[in-house]
Amino acid sequence: MTDIEPDATVDARGAACPGPLMDLIGNVRSAESGDVIRLLSDTDQSLTDVPEWAEEAGNELLGVEELDDHNAFYVEKA
Amino acid sequence: MTEHVVIVGGGTGGTVLANDLADRLEPELDAGDVEVTLINDDPDHVYKPVWLYVPFGQREPDDGRRALDELVDDAIDLRIDRVSGIDTESQRLRFGGSGQSMEYDRLVLATGSTLEPDQIPGLAAGGHDYYSESGATALRDELLSFTEGEIVLSVIGTPHMCPAAPLEFVFMADDWFRERGLREDVEVTYTYPIQRVHGNPHIAEWARPIMDERDINVETFFNAESVDPDAETITSMEGTELDYDLLVSIPPHGGVDLIEDAGLGDDGWVDVDKHTLEAEAAESVYALGDTANTGVPNAGSVAHYQAGVVGRRLASEIRGRPATATYDGKTLCFIETGMDAASFVEFDYETPPSPAPPSEKLHWSKLAYNESYWLTARGLL
Repeated sequence: MTDIEPDATVDARGAACPGPLMDLIGNVRSAESGDVIRLLSDTDQSLTDVPEWAEEAGNELLGVEELDDHNAFYVEKA
Repeated sequence: MTEHVVIVGGGTGGTVLANDLADRLEPELDAGDVEVTLINDDPDHVYKPVWLYVPFGQREPDDGRRALDELVDDAIDLRIDRVSGIDTESQRLRFGGSGQSMEYDRLVLATGSTLEPDQIPGLAAGGHDYYSESGATALRDELLSFTEGEIVLSVIGTPHMCPAAPLEFVFMADDWFRERGLREDVEVTYTYPIQRVHGNPHIAEWARPIMDERDINVETFFNAESVDPDAETITSMEGTELDYDLLVSIPPHGGVDLIEDAGLGDDGWVDVDKHTLEAEAAESVYALGDTANTGVPNAGSVAHYQAGVVGRRLASEIRGRPATATYDGKTLCFIETGMDAASFVEFDYETPPSPAPPSEKLHWSKLAYNESYWLTARGLL
C-alpha cells in the first residue's frame, strides 16, 4: 500500500487503450496545480503511456502501485 | 396493459431502433400491447458524416437533413420535445418547456454527443470545426479562399464523434491543395493528445507513414490548453505553442446533462454492460451509440449495430423470453485518404482493425453508402 493521498481518483479499469491515459489527461486538465490524481488501469499499455505522458507534460509520476488485477498510478499536476 | 418503450434521441441509433421495433414488434404494436415513442428535440434527423465534405465545397448541410416524420414508421409515436429529467426510480421522464411528464416501462437513451468548445479558453473565437452544421459552413467560408499559410488540425476532445474524421480531413486537405497547385504554400499540421496519431494503435501505425510521406506535420502529446485568437496561436498543456492561420479543431465533447443528473454515468455517457448495453445504475434502461460508454468509437456504424442488438433484446423481454442478443464491438468505418481514394476498417472487441489499401473504389463505396444511408435510417439496410 502507498501512503500517497490522492485528491481525485480516475477508475479507468475496463477501458480499452488509450482510454485510461485520456481519462487521466482529462482529469489533470481540470485539476489544480499540486493536485494528485490516482489512475486505476488494468491495461498494460498504461505502464508505458502514463510515464511517457507525465514526463512530456512536466507532471510528476509519484508512484505506481501494483495491485491484484490492476495498477494505480499517482500523478501530481505541475 | 400496454407496455411503453421510450427512445430518447432521434439520431442514427434512436431512429434505426425505432424502425427496427416497428418491424420486429409489428403484431404487438398492431394489437396495442406495445407502444413505442421516439423523442427528439429537432423535427429533423441529421446525418453528420456529410459535414466532412462541406468545407471543401462538395456537399451542403441540407444534404444531411431529413424530417424525422418521413423517416420513422407510422407505428411509432414521434414527439418533438426536449427531455429535461429522468427519474429511473419512478420510471418517468420530465419535459423542460411544458412541464409535462411521461412514464416508461423500458427506456433507451440515444442522446448522442454535444460540442463543448468553451472548455478551452479562446477556442470558440479562434477555432473552426466541421462537427456541426454552423461550424462546417463557417469553415467552408475560410477554406475555399485559403491559398497560403498554416492550417492546424487539433484533436482536442476525446472521445469524439467519428475518430477517423481528423485523419480524413488532413488527408483530404493535403490532396485538395496539391491538386490545385497550392500545397507548397500551405503547411498542414495535425496534433493528437497521446503519443501516436490515433487512439487505436493499428490505425495509428497505418496512418503515420502516409502523413510523413505527404509532408503533414505531426505533433503528438499535444493537449490544447488555450487558444489566443489575436496572436493566432494554440498552446498545449505540455508547453508547445503552434502558430496558425486557420485552426480546425475537434472540440471537447460531452453528453447531455440529464444523464449525469439521473446518476447514470459521468459527463453524459451512460455506464453500461458493453455486451448487453444495459445501464449499470438502473433497471429497464439501455443506452446506445455515443451515449453508451463502451469504449468503442463514437460512430454511426456502432449506433446502427447496437440498435439491432437493443431491438432484439427488447423484443425478447417484451415477449417474456430471455434476451440473448449481445453487441460484440462491431465497428465499420471508411477512411478518406484523399479527394478520390479511401481505406476501410472493420473491427470488434476481439479483432483489431487492419486498414485496407486505399483505392478509388473504396472512396466511391463510401460516397455510395452516404447516399444510401437514408435506407439505414429507415431500418431497411
